[in-house]
Amino acid sequence: MTETAELSFVRRYVFSTDHKVIGKQFLFTAMGFFTLGGILALLMRTQLAWPWQEIPVIGKLLFGSGGNILPPETYPALVTMHGTIMIFFFIIPILSGALGNFLIPLMIGAKDMAFPRLNLFSYWVMVPAFIVMLASFFVATGPAAAGWTSYVPLSILKDAIPGSEMGQTLWVLSMMLVGTSSILGAINYITTIVMLRAPGMDMFRLPMTIWALFVTAILATFATPVLTAALILMFLDRTIGTLFFAAGEGQVILWQHLFWFYSHPAVYIMILPAMGVASDIISTFSRKPLFGYKPMVYSIMAIAALGFTVWGHHMFVSGMNPLLGLTFMTSTMLIALPSAIKTFNWLGTLWGGNLQLRAPMLNALAFVSTFVIGGLSGIFSAATPVDIFLHDTYWIVGHIHYVLFGGSLFGVFAGVQYWFPKMFGRMMSDGWGRIHFILTFVTFNLIFLPMFVLGGYGMPRRIADPYVYEMFTNLQGLNQFMTYALYVLALSQFILAGNFFYSLFRGKVAGKNPWKANTLEWTLDSPPPHENFEHIPTVYRGPYEYSSPLVSADWLAQDQYLDGTKPPEVMPAPAVSPAAGD
Amino acid sequence: MKSARPYWLLALPLVVVLAACGGGGEEPPAAGGEEGPGSPGGQPTGGSTVSGVVNFTGTAPDPEPILMDAEPICQEQFPDGVFTETVVINDNGTLQNVFLSVTEGLPDQVWEVPSDAVLLDQKGCRYFPHVLGVQADQDIVIRNSDGILHNIHPMPTLNRPFNIGQPVEMDTTRQFPTPEIMIPVECDVHDWMMGYVGVVDHPFFAVTGSDGSFEISGLPAGDYVIEAWHELYGTQTLSVSIPEGGTEQIEFTYEGA
Amino acid sequence: MGGLVPGLSTIAGPIDQLFMVVLILTGIAFFLVEGILIYFLVRYRYREGRKAKFVHGNRRVEILWTVIPGLMLFGLAVFQYDTWTKAKIDFPSEAVSEVIAVSANQFEWKATYAGEDGKLGTEDDIQAPINVLHFPVGRPIIVELQSTDVLHSFFIPVLRVKQDAVPGRPSRVWFQAIAEGEYELACAELCGLGHYRMRGFVTLESQEKFEAWLEEVAARR
Repeated sequence: MTETAELSFVRRYVFSTDHKVIGKQFLFTAMGFFTLGGILALLMRTQLAWPWQEIPVIGKLLFGSGGNILPPETYPALVTMHGTIMIFFFIIPILSGALGNFLIPLMIGAKDMAFPRLNLFSYWVMVPAFIVMLASFFVATGPAAAGWTSYVPLSILKDAIPGSEMGQTLWVLSMMLVGTSSILGAINYITTIVMLRAPGMDMFRLPMTIWALFVTAILATFATPVLTAALILMFLDRTIGTLFFAAGEGQVILWQHLFWFYSHPAVYIMILPAMGVASDIISTFSRKPLFGYKPMVYSIMAIAALGFTVWGHHMFVSGMNPLLGLTFMTSTMLIALPSAIKTFNWLGTLWGGNLQLRAPMLNALAFVSTFVIGGLSGIFSAATPVDIFLHDTYWIVGHIHYVLFGGSLFGVFAGVQYWFPKMFGRMMSDGWGRIHFILTFVTFNLIFLPMFVLGGYGMPRRIADPYVYEMFTNLQGLNQFMTYALYVLALSQFILAGNFFYSLFRGKVAGKNPWKANTLEWTLDSPPPHENFEHIPTVYRGPYEYSSPLVSADWLAQDQYLDGTKPPEVMPAPAVSPAAGD
Repeated sequence: MKSARPYWLLALPLVVVLAACGGGGEEPPAAGGEEGPGSPGGQPTGGSTVSGVVNFTGTAPDPEPILMDAEPICQEQFPDGVFTETVVINDNGTLQNVFLSVTEGLPDQVWEVPSDAVLLDQKGCRYFPHVLGVQADQDIVIRNSDGILHNIHPMPTLNRPFNIGQPVEMDTTRQFPTPEIMIPVECDVHDWMMGYVGVVDHPFFAVTGSDGSFEISGLPAGDYVIEAWHELYGTQTLSVSIPEGGTEQIEFTYEGA
Repeated sequence: MGGLVPGLSTIAGPIDQLFMVVLILTGIAFFLVEGILIYFLVRYRYREGRKAKFVHGNRRVEILWTVIPGLMLFGLAVFQYDTWTKAKIDFPSEAVSEVIAVSANQFEWKATYAGEDGKLGTEDDIQAPINVLHFPVGRPIIVELQSTDVLHSFFIPVLRVKQDAVPGRPSRVWFQAIAEGEYELACAELCGLGHYRMRGFVTLESQEKFEAWLEEVAARR
């Protein structure tokens, strides 16, 4: 590949078709949006702790013309943009975009994605989405403010809330682009995983991360077009005056059905890759094979399949026929099962292991322990009669944050710290990683566990000043406590950022395989060269042969040939270079 | 775009190049007319005056009572009940809340924007004044004196609409950059709250108060068209020519049903 | 965790009971899982030179921990059919109930009561003051909900009542209060910048007091 050296800087690092570069592009943009989403959360929680108080410095800077206090029309905008940014611009891009792009070819033994140029496009179609969404902060009436769910008619009637003027239109446009990127990325992932596996890499020898990303991609392929279609209808309603979702002439509830038909699977799009990452990391640092590999794979499939049948549980009190509520309740109860199976298998993996509690492992374990709370708290709201009370209260906010922060975000922390050496060739500090972990884990629970208490009092979400209600005045102290905890949590993230950027330049050189892990990416240099594998490796076994009696070391790489190992059956090996297949 | 809330600052961590930050705290005005003409600032160039009254004949529709029981804080301020201000007839048979402005005949020049702000007060869930005159780009201090949530939602056709909430007692400063007669102002929280803002690009305007009279002074000598506007009875115009230093009396008459 | 606020309607009993059942089941699962997790972390912490068990799984335990939680979850689902049916499907007959129309708009609740003729939508309907709702205790109340602008949600925590008010699509909700007192109604669906203060004042009172109040309101209008 002599042409590699001749690629210009722009082709190499900006408009690159190298999956590793695209993965890093997703990583850095997602980190930027994580910061932004966090700032929005800080403003929100400050308001909840001390409603309508002047905010020192920031109040003057942002709200100078209106008494230095957070205006009531801005609070719904904060809620909306925090949700939108964290979900669509942070969690999904960092899991599917960053880890997915970086890991899929490396872990299956391919030189790149099946469609590298499509891959490039799937990042660069996100860039206008970023710009449009950020631009909505600049418009005079502010960004979208109808909630991340953008329920109609609030999101269509321009006079209903300031954010429903220009801001909502920009939101819709941006989301369409995000959806396009998702679909393109997903098709690429599916094709790559099906077609470009190295010889011997049977489907049931894939690492769980790849299985999870594979099923996630299938979910995204089937669910995202529904959202995109709904967004187009909303766009037409807002611009040329169609009445798809209008009250009376159209169907208000239809939006909710279409939105949740995508967005419930989207919750699994956000959690499945983290589950895969946690499985890989827990197995590696337990120095022990993953317990129940196939049940784990089938659970992921079951979650994905059932994920399409539960969207109505967001709508138990929406005016949907209550008989449907019973069906959705039953399917929702059942979707808890595969998650439970996965949890038991993670415990099974720990059992009898030799546990190395390094920073990625700690975060993966935090994933398991908080995901348990997220999952179990979901059973309460799955119980339709109880959900009558809990729906749209802080119970739900607590539940989703235990799944998406406790689950996905700890999965992200784990994954980024685990693969950092492979991405950048250097180690992150384990000590600082542990300090960051402990501070984040403790404060996380101090913020979100009390939300279940707030929910028990019936405190609704998206309320700028709960203390207008006499029944919630006694909750202000608790809310202030949670806000203080958030301040500590936010400060702790500087430790992660410092560790990340310091290690980027000054970290210890990692070498090929710092964790002594089995999967194919660790057989390469760190960072791997352009086109990854000089020779496509041959895979002889599954990804989790830790502590195998066949060797004296406690790990056994997937491509290591041992005497007597059965050679792989000849499979349709990727005879062509991926770039040619584009 | 001095007035736009810089939401974009929220995007700080991602914005590499920062534009200069606008906004900032304007001083609240020392005084504001509870009724009557908005004090024209600027530097009028002449010494002529147009004054007069707006008369009313016929019968006015009965004022409708406003039910404020949703807001006890406001209701308490009107022990004798509170009524709509669509047509307010003064004791001397004149019409209140008529906005008068010079629409034709002014010399072609740019009039200085007064540095004083005008006050639009929300008190007892009503706007004071009900009809406000202001020069384009002049600061309007919107005040919440009630301490309960009001939102100011002007619905202009030429200016850019805005919709800002005021949850507590506070001031917010805004401007309308384009002349427009008139801009309805509503509060989405209290559907009975209704006010009007007249925006002109010169200081020659007035609003009739409790005696139905008005005075527009500081005009250079010349021939002018004066327009009167009322929210229910619409507009009327009168032509007038005034000599330098003189005062010309005119009279508008609106007729009820 | 304090559970839910005390409930004051006939449906609150079964709902809170179900909440407790779920709390106990999930509580057991929680302590079991987290306990085992912590135990393993201590028991199997890293020791130099030790080799972990080389085990890929166990079919018997997989079946066990699939079937048992599966049956529990399915049982839990069936267990609550009845309560849901009572709460949202089986409405009491209008003949024995007080039928009240509640209209929601930004950011107000407007309740309309039937007048002398006992029917809504007639001349003598009584319009209550904005944000004021009175309900008689001890008989079923049917609320006919509608919205004139955006989505709102009719949420009275103590009564365990929540139902979205959907513009262009009237919905109904019923409940029966069992104790008197003054409580609050909250809007539980984001409806605009005044959403946070879309509050209603709910008075639960005896039939006599309720009728007296209705008369007083009718007279005032």
